Amino acid sequence: MAKSRVKKYRGGHVIPGFGLTLGITIAMLSLLILIPLASVLGNAFRQSPAAFFKTITQPNVIHSFETSILCSFIAAVINCVFGLILAWVLVKYEFPGKRILDGLIELPFCLPTAVAGITLSKMYSTTGELGGPLSKLGIKVSYTHIGLTIALVFIGIPFVVRAIQPVLEKMDKQYEEAAYILGASKTKTFFKVILSEIKPAMLTGFGLAFARGIGEYGSVIYISGNSEKERTQVVSYVIMQKLNYLDYESATAIALVLLIISFLLLFFINVVQIRQSRRTNNV
Amino acid sequence: MAKNRKGSEKKVDITKIVLIALSVLFVFLMLVMPLISVIVNSLREGFKFYFQSLGTSYVLSALGVTVIATVIAVIVNTFFGLVASWAITKFSFKGKQVLATLIDIPFSISPVVAGLSYVMTFGRLGWARPLINAINNTFGTDIQIVFAIPGVVLATIFVTFPFVSRELIPVLNVEGTDEEEAAALMGAKGFTIFRKITFPHIKWALVYGVILCTARALGEFGAVNALSKTRGETFTLPLEIDALYLAGSADSIVSSFAVSSLLVIIAIVVLIIRNIFEHNAKKE
Repeated sequence: MAKSRVKKYRGGHVIPGFGLTLGITIAMLSLLILIPLASVLGNAFRQSPAAFFKTITQPNVIHSFETSILCSFIAAVINCVFGLILAWVLVKYEFPGKRILDGLIELPFCLPTAVAGITLSKMYSTTGELGGPLSKLGIKVSYTHIGLTIALVFIGIPFVVRAIQPVLEKMDKQYEEAAYILGASKTKTFFKVILSEIKPAMLTGFGLAFARGIGEYGSVIYISGNSEKERTQVVSYVIMQKLNYLDYESATAIALVLLIISFLLLFFINVVQIRQSRRTNNV
Repeated sequence: MAKNRKGSEKKVDITKIVLIALSVLFVFLMLVMPLISVIVNSLREGFKFYFQSLGTSYVLSALGVTVIATVIAVIVNTFFGLVASWAITKFSFKGKQVLATLIDIPFSISPVVAGLSYVMTFGRLGWARPLINAINNTFGTDIQIVFAIPGVVLATIFVTFPFVSRELIPVLNVEGTDEEEAAALMGAKGFTIFRKITFPHIKWALVYGVILCTARALGEFGAVNALSKTRGETFTLPLEIDALYLAGSADSIVSSFAVSSLLVIIAIVVLIIRNIFEHNAKKE
């Protein structure tokens, strides 16, 4: 951080407290987040590569990754569709109860995941409020991949809505009007003009919901049933299982793979966001 | 809206109605139904049973642990949020974007991995264990981290770490640095600048960040689950809910929903406060 000195004469540091606040920030971040995460890496790397690969290529581990990634992906796609509709309705229309609707979107952020988990599991079980009627139609939800995906839709929806909403609010009406005046139909205007404007925000929301879904634990472990045979175990559940058996080697090996996936997604989200801010600043 | 009136007024209205109906239906099925379901399930055995479920020694102990962990996590993260958002928004330096991204890590990693990371630091195989042992030997203390209250507190801090800074950074970015620079040039000291100039701008964002942080800290499950194994001692409310639910008997499931209803009420209160704050912030 010695580089900050060089910048001083550019007049950036008139405001006091740079060294102090940056120092505290980096110290707390390192002690509470980075060093503990590094010890997961350290423990994973302490194993021989052969043992590491043996752990992460066990059938149940591979299946758990497939399940987590696939279900989170589908849930994030569903969330993009409904997230866009919700954000659109909340920004463009006025109707009674709008404020309540807007407030409720945030519910999955505030509701403890374990509470969401047991409630969804009960609701969609064959004796539950929604699971009952659905099972009569031959659709089993709780303890299947469908249930798992529903839980992930629940968890992910606010990420997408809250990513798209501000962009829609700020979007210049001129584009829409210009396209309309130039003769584009409403549908065409939407797909060609509006959708391309909000695409980066939608990707960000998608990435956040997807990342959250892959690591999700509390809200999915009850509804998924965690059956090895049915392949409904998620990655977090497998890590916890290894941890409970005191199998730290396996737990850290799987956690390392999960961490790499999370970081890749985080990187992707950041690239999208930086591009987005560059674009809006240039315009 | 005006331009809609020109042409196909009826058609536009249909789109609007369909989209609103879809939204309301989605929110009702996905978000409102679970809330109703918790309350209905928790009262299945009547009010007497409901209050009985809340008064067991396990639940009271879990409530105590939850409150301790939440209070400490909120204090630590509020302090961090204020300091970090000041460093990130008031100065330009290399690696700023990287720092902001690193702070957001707890958002995108699995809570179970968060819990695991403390087990690997302070647990049986952890490199910091000899350090803790040395401290205990020197001072005659008996500090335990993993499977004890400090572990629960640390896990709670980890998962709620970016909550306050995330609310403050956008607000401070919009506000810019002109006012603070002017104050500094006129000779104001750091803390005075913060108190008189910055604080009034971030008041609402700070309150909201603290509330959201509190809500998440109260409900954290995955990370704490990895670090807390003793029911009645280190269990938090979500862990107690889990234990009751997994006990499997009809009564214990109703009890677990009764305990859940407490957290649901808190979640709803948080949502209402948020709604009011957002409204106030927009008015200002």
